[in-house]
Amino acid sequence: MLGTGLLQGLAVTAKNLVGSFHDPERYVTMEYPEVKTKLPENYRNFPFLVHDDPKDPLGSLRCVACTICETECPPQCIYIVMDRDEKGKALKRPKVFDIDISVCMSCQICVEVCPFDAIKMDQHYEIAETNRFQGLLLSREQLSKSNAYYHQLHPTEAAAVDALLAEQKAKQAAAKAAKAAPAAKPPAPAAPAANPPPPPAPSAEAPKPPTPPAP
Amino acid sequence: MSLPGQLSVLFPLASGLGASSPLAAVLPASDSALERLPLTLRGLLTGWLPASWQWLANSLIAIVVLIVAFASLFALLTLAERKILGRVQNRPGPNRAPLPFLNLRTYGLAQPVADGVKMLTKEDIVPDGADRVLHFLAPIALLAFSILTLAVIPYGRLLVALDLDASVLFFFAAGAATELAVFMAGWASRNKYSLLAAMRALAQLISYELPLLLSVVPVVLMAGSLSTSVIVERQGEWWLGFLPRWYVFTPWGLAGFLVFFVASLAESNRSPFDLPEAESELIAGHLTEYSGFKYALFFMAEYFGMCALCGMAVTLFLGGWQAPLPFLSFIPSYLWFAGKLLALLGVFMWIRASFPRLRIDQLTRLAWKFLVPLALINLGTTAFWSLTADWAGLLQPLRWLIAAGLIAGPFLLLGRNLSKGLGPRTYRYAA
Ligand code: SF4
Ligand code: SF4
Repeated sequence: MLGTGLLQGLAVTAKNLVGSFHDPERYVTMEYPEVKTKLPENYRNFPFLVHDDPKDPLGSLRCVACTICETECPPQCIYIVMDRDEKGKALKRPKVFDIDISVCMSCQICVEVCPFDAIKMDQHYEIAETNRFQGLLLSREQLSKSNAYYHQLHPTEAAAVDALLAEQKAKQAAAKAAKAAPAAKPPAPAAPAANPPPPPAPSAEAPKPPTPPAP
Repeated sequence: MSLPGQLSVLFPLASGLGASSPLAAVLPASDSALERLPLTLRGLLTGWLPASWQWLANSLIAIVVLIVAFASLFALLTLAERKILGRVQNRPGPNRAPLPFLNLRTYGLAQPVADGVKMLTKEDIVPDGADRVLHFLAPIALLAFSILTLAVIPYGRLLVALDLDASVLFFFAAGAATELAVFMAGWASRNKYSLLAAMRALAQLISYELPLLLSVVPVVLMAGSLSTSVIVERQGEWWLGFLPRWYVFTPWGLAGFLVFFVASLAESNRSPFDLPEAESELIAGHLTEYSGFKYALFFMAEYFGMCALCGMAVTLFLGGWQAPLPFLSFIPSYLWFAGKLLALLGVFMWIRASFPRLRIDQLTRLAWKFLVPLALINLGTTAFWSLTADWAGLLQPLRWLIAAGLIAGPFLLLGRNLSKGLGPRTYRYAA
């Protein structure tokens, strides 16, 4: 009969109208600046640097300024300068670590290649800036975030990383103990693989890392 | 009649047609103070004037009150509409505009103010080569005619700005004049889109004028008067002592109301008949070349027209300001009217939220092949109803049955004819 379809349509809209007041299933709007959606764990946008000691965010960076990420980054948006003391000895930490997030394409390659789990992907997306050059060029100070923060963003991944680091630390300690006991014995040949503080070549130019990724 | 001779010379129309001037009428003593409140207030304002001036002052007050009331209703309606549309689509609707300087959000109540400021500060563009005078006059004319239609609606017992003998006629005459303004807008824009859209709008408005008027004729027939006040009075009795005798509760009244309702949806350019200014398909049709506050005026006129048509539907079919049950009449009549008006406006919005826009051929087909014949047949039903008014006893149910059959039969037949060949849609590729 003419009109029955109209009534059905009216019923549907009326159900929505009433339902939106009491049924959270229907009322799905998040009022953004006040309420934020929970991001999926694997969401990523730009990289940040992990530090271990919240009291000393710059001193305890895991990054050793090996510049692998700098070399690997496809759009070349990372810029690293190794910190050195007066004698020119490398201090294994970055003096300058800049990421130009106006260029970064969030590919996560820097994270994949970093042998020290020092760089991870952030989830901070409110990054509007008034200055498109300086504002989007993130410095070491801005990039440094704590390990706890990393746990907050990617709990599973962070737990795995922590376990791996602890394992390496234990291995290293064992190796040290072994080295200390028979003083003359050199460390196991395979031991240096993936050491947290590996002794790479002193010069920053060709730092062949312990686990070199595919070139 | 307290109209002085001088004024009746000045305003022969008003004094000649004014059947019962609200001034002269005496309220029933049973009315509560609340019921008499508007008239008491007016008396306080104008009572001190000499009698010859009182009439003029009262009219001016009525005009000001009407315009202020409906302008604020317009503001609230725009917000309510957006809120309701939002809720139907499971979103909150505008809820952010804060009160100025206070930063209080109040669920978006300040949104109309923000909209108004936005409209006022927009650039007012007149196309090169447009007819500037007509372009300027069109929104004003539209608004003026819409406001005229508000004058003859009885908002409560004795609350009618202009109590004419032929107020129904006046209402539709003024309402039809808005079509002129629509064409003015299209013509003056010097834009072929606008002109074509205006012509299409005219085709729609004139098509629906017919069922609109035809659906009113039965009411006039049964009430025996063209005066809105009298029509409302006639609906004030009770069946069996408690059932309201509104016209919508008779077979012909129900049919008339439905036809009137659909036609008034089309007359006020409301969805699903909002072809004249289909925002998403045409670029607002005859309003293409309007911007800023003129555009806002068009919208205001549209809402005024919507309110007027809803008010007329309430007056003609839903018992006007009468209470629905006898023991509820302690609530003042104007509140009843306001309640019914808002309910009907709510249905307008509900419909807007539900139905997609018609195509122009579907639109005219609905008018000419369905509504007009239905309204014409309804005329016959009404004649039957009025001729059998003295049937009593067992004949009474028979009368209802025949009248209902006279409505339902044509409705089914015409409806089948209208939807012939239109089945539920099947989709080839979509699931
Ligand atoms: S690869 Fe890792 S350790 Fe090497 S510079 Fe980049 S972030 Fe630092
Ligand atoms: S995410 Fe990709 S583009 Fe961005 S810094 Fe890392 S390697 Fe470069």
